[in-house]
Amino acid sequence: MATYSTNEFRGGMKILLDGDPYSIIENEFVKPGKGQAFNRVKVRNLKNGRVLEKTFKSGETVEAADVIDTEMQYIYNDGDFWYFMDPDTYEQVGASKAAVEGAVKYLKEQDTCVVTLWNGEPLLVTPPNFVELLVTQCDPGVRGDTAQGATKPATVETGATVRVPLFIEEGDVLKIDTRTGEYISRANK
Amino acid sequence: MSWRPGASLHALAERARMLQRIRAFFMARGVLEVETPLLSRAGNTDPSIVSLEVCDGGWLHTSPEFPMKRLLAAGSGDIYQICKVLRGGESGRFHNPEFTLLEWYRLGFDDRRLADEVVALIGEVAARRLEVVSVSYRSLFLDALGIDPLRAGVDELQALARSRGIAPDGDMPRDDWLDLLLSHIVTPSFPADRLTVVTDYPASQAALARLNADGETAARFEIYWGAAELANGYFELTDPVEQRRRVAAEQSARRQRDLPPIRADERFLQAIDHGLPDCAGVALGLDRLLMKVVGAEHIGEVIAFDAGRA
Repeated sequence: MATYSTNEFRGGMKILLDGDPYSIIENEFVKPGKGQAFNRVKVRNLKNGRVLEKTFKSGETVEAADVIDTEMQYIYNDGDFWYFMDPDTYEQVGASKAAVEGAVKYLKEQDTCVVTLWNGEPLLVTPPNFVELLVTQCDPGVRGDTAQGATKPATVETGATVRVPLFIEEGDVLKIDTRTGEYISRANK
Repeated sequence: MSWRPGASLHALAERARMLQRIRAFFMARGVLEVETPLLSRAGNTDPSIVSLEVCDGGWLHTSPEFPMKRLLAAGSGDIYQICKVLRGGESGRFHNPEFTLLEWYRLGFDDRRLADEVVALIGEVAARRLEVVSVSYRSLFLDALGIDPLRAGVDELQALARSRGIAPDGDMPRDDWLDLLLSHIVTPSFPADRLTVVTDYPASQAALARLNADGETAARFEIYWGAAELANGYFELTDPVEQRRRVAAEQSARRQRDLPPIRADERFLQAIDHGLPDCAGVALGLDRLLMKVVGAEHIGEVIAFDAGRA
């Protein structure tokens, strides 16, 4: 079993604490000139997203979590699981509702996502930073209302609702930043 | 990977100015500048400090304390040194494994008088007036944590650390629990622009300070600027028997912690046998002092090439 010493701790490193996988956010080395050294570490639980702080004696070792980020193509969902395929091996994995929670409203079949696997099981699905999605529902722009920055809601094919400029119509394709949920531009082909 | 320095040219100019001011400070007080070996035959026996061994024999010094005391025993009078020291595994916002230390010794001074001089030197380098508060280690703990650091049992210290969410897994020696509480709760709450002189450390943390008359505390002080620990000083231990006892205690602590054994520095012990004059000594971390002077958040902002760029 791979282990890391606190001396090796870096942001992004994946470790196992009380049986759960965590990602290191911050690692602060705390040591009085004369006396015991400690590492004060901020970690995020990769199963539930909770952030906590933990103190280690410097030099302690912690088990590494077998967590890898891999690019996979979203193929379909059957109501219980969302299925992703490794484009090289064609191997498929099913992600639970909890794992796709933040991504589901941007998931379009064929799009490539980052799937975080822990011991081969999907922990988390991160959609591409930018997606192009078809507008399926929005009210027509009101003629004459040309105030700068005026927006209206639009619903896209995957179910997400974004604020868009008034000139957007049903049938337009939008470029959306999934990290902020914001409309970027029109992307009609 | 960048070849560029991590410090701004402004910070480097401030470093040069700091060194000039320090040398002027000691010149005016008649303290002699000295140099001692970086590469020493003896390593540091302190169990909480990692000495770096070089491949063809000897150790890189972690502090110039022992050779400087040999100079004092040889009759040097007041001395100071500005040098790089190296400590393995110390890397972080306030730590670089190679850092610059100012260490000085004053004959006829006790810890109180030397602490005053450290405050004066910091004021001169910073070129501004800082509020100064002096407080004993014991009242610090009583005020901040409601616990007596001289009396509380390991279980009490551990329970307190647990309740504050800072307890590491497993057992630790009593002094490590005190270090944990001090470094995680007490010192981080020091006001940002205040110098705090912490006096009268527990006897168990005397290091090389003589004990006070109460037998429970040592004539050791530390100085913090805000939450940053800058200096550690002692009314120096001169009793050769007690000195050998403390080195032996460090060596047995190394064994308890499964650390590799390091031989005692016999040349140092011989000098103490010969006779160390009554004096007080202090070591001050210059990189951290410079961080506070220029308002840096990370030690790498005041060192041209820190460990990550060396």
